[in-house]
Amino acid sequence: MEQLQEMTSSDTETVHSGPEEREPERAAPVSVKRPTVSRDKTIPARAEVDKVAVNNLNFYYKDYHALKDINLTLRDKRVTAFIGPSGCGKSTLLRVLNRIYGLYPGLKATGEVMVDGVNILDPKQDLNLLRSRIGMVFQKPTPFPMSIFDNVAFGIRLYEKLSHSELQDRVEQALRRAAIWDEAKDKLKQSGLSLSGGQQQRLCIARAVAVRPEIILLDEPTSALDPLSTQKVEELISELKSDYCIAIVTHNMQQAARSSDYTAFMYLGELVEFSETEALFTHPQKKQTEDYITGRFG
Amino acid sequence: MPSDHIIKSYDEELARLNNTITLMGGLAESQLAAAMDAVVQRNSDLAATVVENDVRVDELEREVSSLVMRLLALRQPIARDLREVLAPLKIASDLERICDYAANVAKRSIVLSQSPPVRPAYALPRMARLAQALMTDVLDAYVERDADKALDVWNRDEELDDMYSGLFRELLTYMMEDPRNISAATHLLFMAKNIERIGDHATNIAETLYFLVHGTPLSQARPKGDFSSTTQVRGNTGEPDGK
Repeated sequence: MEQLQEMTSSDTETVHSGPEEREPERAAPVSVKRPTVSRDKTIPARAEVDKVAVNNLNFYYKDYHALKDINLTLRDKRVTAFIGPSGCGKSTLLRVLNRIYGLYPGLKATGEVMVDGVNILDPKQDLNLLRSRIGMVFQKPTPFPMSIFDNVAFGIRLYEKLSHSELQDRVEQALRRAAIWDEAKDKLKQSGLSLSGGQQQRLCIARAVAVRPEIILLDEPTSALDPLSTQKVEELISELKSDYCIAIVTHNMQQAARSSDYTAFMYLGELVEFSETEALFTHPQKKQTEDYITGRFG
Repeated sequence: MPSDHIIKSYDEELARLNNTITLMGGLAESQLAAAMDAVVQRNSDLAATVVENDVRVDELEREVSSLVMRLLALRQPIARDLREVLAPLKIASDLERICDYAANVAKRSIVLSQSPPVRPAYALPRMARLAQALMTDVLDAYVERDADKALDVWNRDEELDDMYSGLFRELLTYMMEDPRNISAATHLLFMAKNIERIGDHATNIAETLYFLVHGTPLSQARPKGDFSSTTQVRGNTGEPDGK
């Protein structure tokens, strides 16, 4: 499904065969009821679990060495933000995580990306299964040219065989989860393109959560949105993190400061600093980081 | 009161900041009350407890500083939000001083309890009750964000200053009556000054709250009734005045 998204947002003409249907072992439905998160200081913090471990990752666009020996961990049920100037490699890193770079020839990754202990860079990795576990939302909202209902149902139909009423329930769940149900419920048959920018982006998030991923990648999800829509999406991310591991690339470091638990600062393909967001924005370890976040160079 | 932020965690962090201030305020109120009980009851154990408890308010002040730092770095507040984040920083500092003064009063009461009761000491609880009322009212005003209540507290401090000036003269007279009174009277003088300073810090809080609500500072000078710095009491020693 991500392949289709990539095609609607760029100019590539690669042709792909249709994805296989998912094995039934994955289909046991899990309740999407959210656990309530207490912010009371007296209750001990939930244990942090590593979801994705990136080890010695190097990435090449043909001869160009775009990612240089990256080592970091994404923790489950937390938001990790990636900040840095244009061209530093943050979007590249994101696209390694669901191997969407594989659509294009001449791109190569070395090293390991372990998701729950399994290296997803292994050529034997089933890409369709991978992309059902790791969803992606892009900067420009990319609703498919079909009805709102079908936008969300498309992905589900790719991976699961459900009755029509089950499908309707799942679509509603996903739209509720993405905080767009109230605005969309009376126009499910209307085209996804009829929604406003902010609504379209929330529709894309609904589409991503509909297939019940474990990890959600967001590449500058609010760059194209106005401040109110931006805040609604940020609030949505904050609610979603109780169920998913979330990685967000943003060129707006205030957004990283507001929305994330961990922040990674990248520069020219290298990971300069990676720590808890509060620590990075109050006392960064590296001068380069401090210069960047205080606006001492572009 | 302004409406909620779209991003709920922002409001939760602000609530945490406000709750910490409320905790500090409660601590300050109870410390002052306990210190005065120790004076009136001549209870040295209670006084010692008040002194020990002072560390708790220091911890809370550090927590407020850390929360404010976090909010400034991560949320970049502007307009009223900025005032809402900076006000607790100043108020925490005032509350910490109030607790210090209460602990000082308690500490000196231990010495006072070890000698026979002195006549002017009876004025101290009356001063303290006034200071307590100022504190309670300004803390209520803070919770309600009520600038008018704050203005009222700001004006009432003058009465506390008047009481202090009167007690100052009385203590000077007491000391001149009999040099054996000097030790106890000097302690009482410091204690009375501490209570008067508590009132001043309560008005600081009132000024900060006024600025928080209106965005402009209280422009008038605070009415000051403390004339002790220019007070002289001439005694009846039979010698010409001035000697």
